[in-house]
Order: sequence, then C-alpha cells, then structure tokens
Amino acid sequence: MLNQLTISELAAKLARREVSAREAMQSCLDQIARVDGKIHAFISHDAADALAQAEAADKELVQGCRTDKCLLGIPVAVKDVIAVKGQPLNCGSKILGNFVSPYDATVVEKLKAAGAIVFGRLNMDEFAMGSSTENSAFGTTKNPWDTARIPGGSSGGSAAAVAADECIASLGSDTGGSIRQPAALCGCVGLKPTYGRISRYGLVAFASSLDQIGPFTKDVRDSATLLGVLSGVDPRDSTSVPQPVPDYAAALDGNIHGLKLGLPKEYMIGGLDPEVKAAVDAAVKQYEKLGAEIVEISLPHTDYAVATYYIIATAEASANLARFDGIRYGLRVEASDPTELYSQTRGRGFGAEVKRRIILGTYVLSSGYYDAYYLRAQKVRTLIRNDFLKAFETVDAIVTPTTPTAAFKIGDKSDDPLKMYLSDIFTISCNLAGICGVSVPCGFTNRPKLPVGLQLLGKPFGEVTLLKLAHAYEQGTGWHREKPPLGPGA
Amino acid sequence: MAAAEIDVKYVAHLARIALTPDEEKKLGAQLGGILGYIEKLKELDVTNVEPTAHAVPLVNVTRSDETRPSLAHEDALRNAPRQAGGLFIVPKIVE
Repeated sequence: MLNQLTISELAAKLARREVSAREAMQSCLDQIARVDGKIHAFISHDAADALAQAEAADKELVQGCRTDKCLLGIPVAVKDVIAVKGQPLNCGSKILGNFVSPYDATVVEKLKAAGAIVFGRLNMDEFAMGSSTENSAFGTTKNPWDTARIPGGSSGGSAAAVAADECIASLGSDTGGSIRQPAALCGCVGLKPTYGRISRYGLVAFASSLDQIGPFTKDVRDSATLLGVLSGVDPRDSTSVPQPVPDYAAALDGNIHGLKLGLPKEYMIGGLDPEVKAAVDAAVKQYEKLGAEIVEISLPHTDYAVATYYIIATAEASANLARFDGIRYGLRVEASDPTELYSQTRGRGFGAEVKRRIILGTYVLSSGYYDAYYLRAQKVRTLIRNDFLKAFETVDAIVTPTTPTAAFKIGDKSDDPLKMYLSDIFTISCNLAGICGVSVPCGFTNRPKLPVGLQLLGKPFGEVTLLKLAHAYEQGTGWHREKPPLGPGA
Repeated sequence: MAAAEIDVKYVAHLARIALTPDEEKKLGAQLGGILGYIEKLKELDVTNVEPTAHAVPLVNVTRSDETRPSLAHEDALRNAPRQAGGLFIVPKIVE
C-alpha cells in the first residue's frame, strides 16, 4: 500500500514510474476515508485540490527525474497552525471562524517548490496549547495504537496521521514538546530543529522565543530530507539564522563510533514509568554496542524548567494572542463599544486552556509582578541554557526518555492543568535552551502495546550529529516499522 | 506576594476576556495552584544572572527601507467580519 511508504521509498517508485503521484495521493485519501472517522487526525482536507496537485506532479514526473525537486509527488499534510494559501486556518480554535489563508507560510512555499503535494488541516490543541489535543475546538484526536488514549499534543493530528499512514509525512510546531511528545506517543519520528533553523513566517505565533516548525516522518532519513527542504534564513522572519544548510540526508552514514552521549541524572525521576525506563536503558546499551561512549551528566536546573516555561510561554502568548480581537478576521461578537466587542469576542471564541494561559501571562507581566515572575523566569532560563551549553562541552548529544509515560487515557488529565503541564517535563528545557531535539521510536509497553520514544538533544545547529545518532540507532531496530492495529475496514 | 491573591476579574479585564462567574471561580482556583507551583523559582539565587529573551542572540536584524509588494487590499479584507468601502467597520470609538 503506497500510503505506508516512506518519502525515500515512494520517491524511488515515482522516479522509476512504477506508480503515479495520483495513485499515491489516492492511497492516502482512501486511508483517511477508512480510518479517520476513528482517529480524527484531520480537521478537514481538500481531496480535489490534493488530486489536482498530484496530477500536476505526474506531468512533471513524465519529463524525467528532477534532482531539484526531492519531494515531487509526495503527499505531506500540515498542522492547522501553518498558513496554506486558499485553505482554511483555525489553529484548532473557534475564534478564527471561516478564516482562509491569504498567503503561504515560508515552509509551505518550500514544500511546494520541492514538489510536495501539500494537503489537509491536521488537528491540534487550540493555539498549540496542550499535550493531548483535548483542547481542540474540533474534537479530540485518538491515538492510532489505542483509540481510548490521547495521541499527545499539541501536534496530535500530525503524529496520528503519520502513524496511521494517512499521509507520507507531516509538519507540526513545537513550543515545549509539541512535536517530540506526540511523535513518541504515536510511534513516529518527530524533530524540533534549533531555534532559528526554520522560518516561522506563516506560523501563527504562540510563544515567539520558543516556537519552531518541524517534521513528523516514518523514519530518520525522511526527517533529514524534510529538514534540508525546510531550513534556511528568510528575510520575512528576522529570527531565522543565516547558517548554511548542510545535506542532512547525505550525512547519515551509520558511523557514530567515538561520539559521546550524555545521560542526565536529573531525568531519572520518580514518575518515570518502569517500562519506559527499560526501553530507554536498552537503547542506551544499543548505543554502547554501536561504539558511542555513554557519560553521566548533570543538568542541575531541570526541576525548574516547567515553572520557567509556564511564565515565559504564557507571557508571550498573552501578547501574541491580542491580535484575535474580532476586528480584522474571524469571529466577532458585536457590542456598542470596542472594549466590550473585544472582551465578548475573546470570551466566546477562546477555549478554557487558552483563556487560562492568556490570563496567567497577563498576570505575570502586569504592573508590580513583572520582576517577580517574568524577569526572574528569564534569568532562570539563562541558568537552564547554561546547563546545556556546559554539558555540550563534554558530550555530543544528550539521551533521555521523551515522555515519563506512554499515552494516557482521554480525560485522565484534562481537569488538572498542572498535571498536564508536568507531562512535558522532559521536552520543555530544549525550547528554553533553543537547542535541537528529536524523538525516535525505541520500543513498546506490554499491555496495552503502546509506543515509547527516545529523545536525543543536540547542540545549537547540531542537527547533523543529532540525526546521525538517531539514524544509527534506528538502523539496528525495527520499532519504526511496526504499524498500529487499525485492521482492514477499521 | 501570596500566589492565591490573583484577582481574576481584574486580570481578565486587562486581557480583554469576558468570563462567566463560573469561569472566574474555576480559573481562580486553578491559577492559584499553578502560581503556587511557580513559586519554586524563588528558591534560586539569580543575582548577577543576565535574563535570556531569545536563545539565539541575534541583534539589529535590519533590511533596506524600500517599497515592496504586500498583501493586496481585497485579500487583507477578505476575512473581515464587517467591511465596507474598502475599510474594516468597527463600533464608534470617539463620541
């Protein structure tokens, strides 16, 4: 089945003209028709537009191999927070109403220029605030491995769609773990690149000093391929960094001999599930076998990361989400004066978690509290970043579990925001430090069978080494090839 | 300051979010809990620590001040809840 292939497998078949892009796209659409009623990874998708793009790709493919278009005819789906011209954009929220994007995000321009079929609006926690997709105004996405469980979040739709083979790859965004955590819980590869590696023009902003776009894929090679396409400086995003873009896929040679991997002692916490710990311990042993050197390290400020994050992220969100005021787009609740119009529109349009975070962010920035909360958090952020920079003086990458447990049940944490926040404990520091991180499948729990993710954290702009390490591990295991039990006619 | 002191009604007004009385009550309790957790940052000594606003220190990213193509007028108005005569329609601001 074509929808199950990786980018490299499908690209090879397309280049040999064994199959057409239309057949590949149709195969993904068939899978969506078959399983998405159960999984609900997509908020919507425009099948006619996707097939039209596929037919255009087929016309180019007839003319022969295009080395400049490495994604020609590959179906890639997009999280509902990234603008695709002419397609709806809701950020999983009611407040955007019938919004249709007037332009393409830079990452979408890049995907299209590389020949990809860009389709679908993938479900997410409202404005990327959440760890389960339960905060979506369009219903919860289900984990393909067990539909009574959450797929993770906020990019839960992006992870579930790749795991359920509804697309070949997808894009998500990661502010505190929103790519790596759902990738771990759904059993796919999720990469959060270094802050500044990928332009965020056309990504609806949540927390501007933390947000990054990244790919969800079925293996590490595809992650490297997509990173190569998406990376680079963009004059429309002044935080994108003018660093050269190496050939990430070409660097995957399987040789990690002599690389040093740090094991932070602070990550072996009480709440760590024994099965998750066993899977990560086995992965560390595998790395030793592959010739890597394992070193115990310390990241002493780990315990302060969640608190720091929930000050900085909410403060930035309170400013960024001020633009949803009912004036220029989306929902409007009419009122006799502007202040009342804003308040009523925002009160009606935002969901509970978004309100909670905007109010918390407004509070920590408000007069009299700024120094005690926001400024202090920014200083602690320096300490957290320094922990990592110091560790990277002696190690090439850091290895941890991606999440403390496998996927939890729908409803388990939705009434306790703090409990939900603490499920991001292993992924949050990476965004605060601005480094890169990837989650790769490293095993399963026993009963029920649920995916476990291994997180690798790399130096700023250290994606080559990071992906080399992830790829070398993946080559020695078959975890990433296991498929969820969706069954025929699921 | 004690964490539980948050005046939800006032902060929601600053944030321009209308809350129902039920929402106010629920948020007050939840935010009290979250702020209580956040208090742990006070354990750390941050004297002489510089704040980090951005992880990648980029300064003075500028471009030349030239006219460039931008979003067409009709595209900018297309998603407006109310528009007329090429403008966004808003409630009266000045009496």
